[in-house]
Amino acid sequence: MSGARLAVLGAGAVGRSVVELAAEYGHTVTAVADSSSAVVDPDGVDTEAVLDRKADAGVVGDADPADAIEGPYDVLVEATPTTLGDAEPGFSHVKQGLDRDKHVVLANKGPVAERYGELRELEADSEGEIRFEATVGGAIPILSTIEDFGANHITAARGVLNGTANFILSRMAAEGLDYEHVLAEAQDLGVAEADPTFDVEGIDAALKFVILSNVLADGDQEFTLDDAAVDGITDIPGTALDLAAEDGRTIRLIGESTPEGVSVAPRLVPADGPLSVTGTLNIVQLETTHAGRLNISGRGAGGPETATAVLSDVSRLVE
Amino acid sequence: MSDTGGEVQTYTVRLELVDEPGELLGALQPIAEAGGNLLSIYHERGNLTPRGHIPVEVDLSCAPARFETIVESLREAGVNVIQAGSERYDEELVVILVGHLVDTDLSDTLRQVESCADASLTDLSLSAPRGSDDTSSARLRLKTRSGTNGKALDKLREIAADKELQVVEPLTEASQ
Ligand SMILES: NC(=O)c1ccc[n+]([C@@H]2O[C@H](COP(=O)([O-])OP(=O)(O)OC[C@H]3O[C@@H](n4cnc5c(N)ncnc54)[C@H](OP(=O)(O)O)[C@@H]3O)[C@@H](O)[C@H]2O)c1
Repeated sequence: MSGARLAVLGAGAVGRSVVELAAEYGHTVTAVADSSSAVVDPDGVDTEAVLDRKADAGVVGDADPADAIEGPYDVLVEATPTTLGDAEPGFSHVKQGLDRDKHVVLANKGPVAERYGELRELEADSEGEIRFEATVGGAIPILSTIEDFGANHITAARGVLNGTANFILSRMAAEGLDYEHVLAEAQDLGVAEADPTFDVEGIDAALKFVILSNVLADGDQEFTLDDAAVDGITDIPGTALDLAAEDGRTIRLIGESTPEGVSVAPRLVPADGPLSVTGTLNIVQLETTHAGRLNISGRGAGGPETATAVLSDVSRLVE
Repeated sequence: MSDTGGEVQTYTVRLELVDEPGELLGALQPIAEAGGNLLSIYHERGNLTPRGHIPVEVDLSCAPARFETIVESLREAGVNVIQAGSERYDEELVVILVGHLVDTDLSDTLRQVESCADASLTDLSLSAPRGSDDTSSARLRLKTRSGTNGKALDKLREIAADKELQVVEPLTEASQ
């Protein structure tokens, strides 16, 4: 879809970058909302002014967030915080968009990981379509690759989909430092959040692999976070990385999506193999039925990176 | 296409021999002649089979396609072959255990791994840091029977869970 009118819900790192880059992709932002305010203009909002106001005053406009959802747009961009369980408020946002026969593009992992079946049912009853490339691996075109191959031609997906955990493990291995030390460093650098639980406990990675499983199962089976076996990296001492290194290996937080289920755990991988990416890089390996193994790697997070995936999704929507 | 029939594998053949001079040599000849490579011979002199013969275990390597020929030529040479197959500890499994390894009796852990997980430990590296309440790590290199890595890992997980140890497992598919 070209020249789409976008309503952007969420003015965090991702939402702001979508607002900033939309014009470059030929789209118009007609509404923006954060948790307490909104701005709506059918002819397109003044994106620069909105971003300035958000930076200065913490709000995007004088309207109510509900006005953005009910406003004029072709595509609703859902970039509010990822929540578990009922995945609210994201899920209701998607529902409202689809009920109005609008398209919805998600960066928010919650609804796709926790309520995939319901989401697909809502989509089936709507003229609108959902896309969610940004939920898995930021800028890396993982879901569109699966779409190109056809889910039935991919037998498994595995890899590294959390940059924070990967940064910590690769720093621990390279510098011989302990977990606590590297975590503090990562927080100083802004690589890890003040509360890093989602990342270091493997939950964020698990949500992404749950989404991958949902896509690969293609309706035959539905997965949620509860179906995933999840282990984090908080208990991995520096000594374990040393012992791995002596043997030409290293430890990475690896997720796997197979027809049997979803798992995320620290695993031993060859130190010079494709999965041992360093820093905040992400990588996914897809096992294909006729074309062997595909490795796709790149930046798995960040505002502009994730916005790129959102805007590519908008372009892929059928009018 | 070569005629070797695939990558060389290791096999174990169990024979029984009459306790007479020259018997063993006679039994080994067909193996070499049929293209097998002798790796080890385990001659259990003290032990007798129910028929009063001496059991001998021979490890050899050859291309899979040759193996049948070797067993046949042994039988043709009049050697009693009791068991033939690739029932050997020829797969490697490397894991790292993390936790209070010393407090939870590492040698007992290893004993359990060897007996329950049907694996033999070929190498152990332990790294225990400063303070005694810190967790330590151990790298275990195990030999398992071909095709049983999955089972060995299941057992290993159980043993570790009992002692509240964490197992860092290898991602085998990715190492190819
Ligand atoms: N950052 C990444 O690299 C990345 C990558 C892939 C996917 N994602 C996903 O994308 C989403 C957004 O990420 P982010 O990093 O931009 O998060 P963020 O910085 O925490 O921003 C979240 C935004 O959502 C707004 N919000 C909260 N509740 C809302 C509501 N009910 N209605 C409208 N807006 C609401 C917040 O408003 P206030 O500003 O008023 O608090 C904030 O602007 C998350 O679900 C995240 O998991 C992020």
